[in-house]
Amino acid sequence: MRYSAFSLVRNALSGNLNWKPQWRQPQPKPHYDVIIIGGGGHGLSTAYYLAKEFGVKNVAVLEKGYLGSGNVGRNTTIVRSNYMLPGNEPFYEFSMKLWEGLEQDLNYNVMLSQRGVIMLYHSDAQRDAYVRRGNAMWMEGVAAELIEREQLKKMIPFLNYDHARYPILGGLLQRRAGTARHDAVAWGYARGADRHGVDIIEHCEVTGIRRENGVVTGVETTKGFIGCGKLALAAAGNSSRVGEMADLKLPLESHVLQAFVTEGLKPCIDHVIVYGGGHFYISQSDKGGLVFGAEIDGYSSYAQRGNLATAEHVMEEGVTMIPGLSRVRVLRAWGGVMDMSMDGSPIIDRTSIDNLYLNCGWCYGGFKATPASGYCFAHLIAKNDTHPVARALRLDRFARGYAVDEAGAGPQPNLH
Amino acid sequence: MASLITCPHCGVRPKEEFAIRGDASRGRPEPMDSDEAWHDYVYVRTNPRGRTLEHWHHIAGCRRFLVVERDTATHEVYSVVDAAEFARRPAR
Repeated sequence: MRYSAFSLVRNALSGNLNWKPQWRQPQPKPHYDVIIIGGGGHGLSTAYYLAKEFGVKNVAVLEKGYLGSGNVGRNTTIVRSNYMLPGNEPFYEFSMKLWEGLEQDLNYNVMLSQRGVIMLYHSDAQRDAYVRRGNAMWMEGVAAELIEREQLKKMIPFLNYDHARYPILGGLLQRRAGTARHDAVAWGYARGADRHGVDIIEHCEVTGIRRENGVVTGVETTKGFIGCGKLALAAAGNSSRVGEMADLKLPLESHVLQAFVTEGLKPCIDHVIVYGGGHFYISQSDKGGLVFGAEIDGYSSYAQRGNLATAEHVMEEGVTMIPGLSRVRVLRAWGGVMDMSMDGSPIIDRTSIDNLYLNCGWCYGGFKATPASGYCFAHLIAKNDTHPVARALRLDRFARGYAVDEAGAGPQPNLH
Repeated sequence: MASLITCPHCGVRPKEEFAIRGDASRGRPEPMDSDEAWHDYVYVRTNPRGRTLEHWHHIAGCRRFLVVERDTATHEVYSVVDAAEFARRPAR
């Protein structure tokens, strides 16, 4: 069913009884050309672009839970392309451009809201670093603006400008950045992929990868053996465990990142605001809740929950930046498990096994990358060739000495 | 809970006192070992779901490196020993 103003009216007038499910619930076929492990944002967008852009129709997405039960359903929904390094910026800008056309492309309202992302600075040195980042963005053709303190005070009056340790001196703004509704992104891609013939198989956990003569021939699952021509891994958080089934050793640690939502408030925060004094970021959802998060808990974890000390730390950072936050009640908190890669940047590449493809290491920046990740991964799977904007994100970059280390933290995943 | 670590020198301390260095299960290669051995040591992780050995540096306490054995799924801590004592143990 294609959505339009007419279909809305027609279904409203017929009592909303005739809406169809957005995707089928197929039983797995014995064999697919491509199987994608992981029905999160990246797996679904890969399937969508494989079918739509690259004409590979016989595709299955295997998801161990239900769609949207992983990180795509538990993140802070920010989309932006304000990166600095030449290996990252063109990739995320490609993603930003796909976001801008996504609703038309999918015929689905993902509630993209280009409200602007502003990163605050608190010292002269940090301003210099942000000027440099802004210039790096302009060099890739991406607009960035440096907002001085007085102008910022008019834009965002409720910040704590005169904090003793972290006074706010200004910020770097990307106006085209913003937020998108995370669930709708998963559903939109799932519906789009399904319409192009992709089988989305939920509650189907992969328990083993079968290989013969050095190539992958299929996967053992809780719904039996399913054969495949090519196998693609997009199991963020659990990439090491899935990779282990094919004896892959990966440059990853799994870490937990917490996020929080407050009670609904009247519109008060117009932008996505990132606190440069720590690593706190906040925006307001269309429902009114303030959505915010900060850094990872610091030690590797597969538990989809964090510890209270980190929750307290997040609140402290938030109240330091916006004193008024102390009066707001937090309704919900959640923790997602992420692949933290050794340089803080993702990996999209072939593996040592010819027909096994890898998409992992998104750290906590995977949501904004959903469209470009899917597009580039589909390009790689269909053509056996890396997409130009993902060339710097290959697996062998560590061995070759070309790490894409945005934070400059070195091979310590908990510092990215 | 991994938010509390019992330091063998200082007692029960919050994890905010520690800097965490990650995998402690493997030894450092010799300087002239192969590039692959060094690549594996610096970049590759087993990243288990379950028991793991990690270096925790008690940076706001005794400043000793510790080896913490804990579960990455339940956050249960099984043992904490000083890294020097850990290194003196017979090879596993």
